[in-house]
Amino acid sequence: MSVLVYVENAEGKFKKSTYEVVSYAKEVANQLGTSLTALSIGDVADSVLAELGKYGAQKVLSINNQKLKSFVNQAYASIIAQAAKAEGSKVVVLAASFSGKGLAPRVAVKLEAGLVDGAVELPVLSDNKFTVKKTAFSGKAFANVELSSDVKIISLVPNSFKVVERPESAAVQAFEASTSENDYSVMIKDIVRASDKISLPDAELVVSAGRGLKGPENWGMIEELANLLGAATACSKPVSDAGWRPHSEHVGQTGIAISPNLYIAIGISGAIQHLAGVSSSKVIVVINKDPEAPFFKVADYGIVGDAFEVVPKLIEAIKKYKETA
Amino acid sequence: MKVLVCISNVPDTTTKIAFTDNNTQFNTAGVQYIINPYDEIALARAIELCEGGKGSITVINVGDSSTEPTIRKALAIGADDAIRVNAAPRDAYFVAKQIANVAKDGGYDFILTGRESIDYNGSQVAAMVGEFLSIPSISIIKKIDLNGNTATIEREIEGGKEIIEAPVPFIASCAEGVAEPKIPNMRGIMSARTKPLAVVEPVEIAKVAEVKSYSTPAPRGQVKMIDATDAEKLVEALHNEAKVI
Repeated sequence: MSVLVYVENAEGKFKKSTYEVVSYAKEVANQLGTSLTALSIGDVADSVLAELGKYGAQKVLSINNQKLKSFVNQAYASIIAQAAKAEGSKVVVLAASFSGKGLAPRVAVKLEAGLVDGAVELPVLSDNKFTVKKTAFSGKAFANVELSSDVKIISLVPNSFKVVERPESAAVQAFEASTSENDYSVMIKDIVRASDKISLPDAELVVSAGRGLKGPENWGMIEELANLLGAATACSKPVSDAGWRPHSEHVGQTGIAISPNLYIAIGISGAIQHLAGVSSSKVIVVINKDPEAPFFKVADYGIVGDAFEVVPKLIEAIKKYKETA
Repeated sequence: MKVLVCISNVPDTTTKIAFTDNNTQFNTAGVQYIINPYDEIALARAIELCEGGKGSITVINVGDSSTEPTIRKALAIGADDAIRVNAAPRDAYFVAKQIANVAKDGGYDFILTGRESIDYNGSQVAAMVGEFLSIPSISIIKKIDLNGNTATIEREIEGGKEIIEAPVPFIASCAEGVAEPKIPNMRGIMSARTKPLAVVEPVEIAKVAEVKSYSTPAPRGQVKMIDATDAEKLVEALHNEAKVI
């Protein structure tokens, strides 16, 4: 009864969040006193798959054919469920990524399993109870969810578990599964990647700006700051509503909830709805000219000042730091 | 064209979250309930797609009678009729099963939901309904257009977007940007009172998940203020103290 972890790839490569999920799943397997099997779907080289051993996978199942080269929700869900059955897995772990959010619920129904989506900690096992902590109320609270089904499914929030390297190796095996024509009725016509953009949900560092920037023409310095730090850019709701930035950058209760290591908020006052989506950031820096801005109450570091004066100075300071680092 | 829009009844976005009974119950005292904001986006897009007599919209909610003001608001915004499954929503699995049970004989061309609810932040219901009904589910969509029996959909992916075509019937969960939420006008509010609201009883399903307790995030330490002229000090603190750069 191994734990099964689904390892999502992006064009044949694994991202840090995949290693987080494997590291997390290994801990769950240790808690249960069992082994960890990883399942990869799509075109990933065996040498890359074998690397998963370093993060705790003892066995890696790999399935690939032309139809599975890009993400097909129904077919992938069917394969994950078949792998879980073949392995006798009582726990299945996935990333709470865009794809994972579409997959996990379908796998849950196939396996008649309870699902905790957006887990932030390891399960707590006691008295035959299996309880998992997840964010609720958009980060204003946590809920401890008890799963009582035979099979349990967990999807893990990016950046909520550290990658742990282990001195182990994994055996890669081909996996066979059956899918039906019905599983492929959705056709992917095109994939458009913003090549130089860092994905917001995965980002470890995020630079975000609000109405204090006065207009979209002033975002150059925000992007420069983000580029220097290797950070993703984000914005508040009024900014995306005004069309200054795309909706995909809107973080907050009705946008994307994020939990980066560093969140720099510039010209954002910190309305309750915005704080809800960013409050699980590990370190928060707030730059605002209003000393009464509510954001300062939850910040770790604060600068009271005009963004147009502070940000250029911060850019210079980071350049200097990078030159000497 | 028949469209089903799933709506959830959630605390208003400005709600301060608190718990009672030794942190086992959400404190509903004084809480204003609203249509889940993402579901409002889904409803708004459904209305746009059905404009000009191109289709009809049914909204469905799983909830006890206290959710009826929220359902009436959806009718005021522009849904044609509503179904309430008469049960307190237990978990996403339960809710999805109820919706699928109603939808299976409804002949809906497609079903829309919001990307997640803002209370439990589950993004489970749409894909679960899809699986219960054996129809495609497309999660976290940014755009949807219809061309006959095929929808062209943009779905967000890490670092980009995917453009896909889905044949009806399907279910999709809508994110911000799909449509602007609509505000009910006086005519809508008046007509909502007389639009049909059917109440159906739930089907039985085993319990698989249950919230046992809640907690709130640990308070953060005191903010360290840094002088606006001293950006280098911030960089130094982020490197040496917080160790995040």
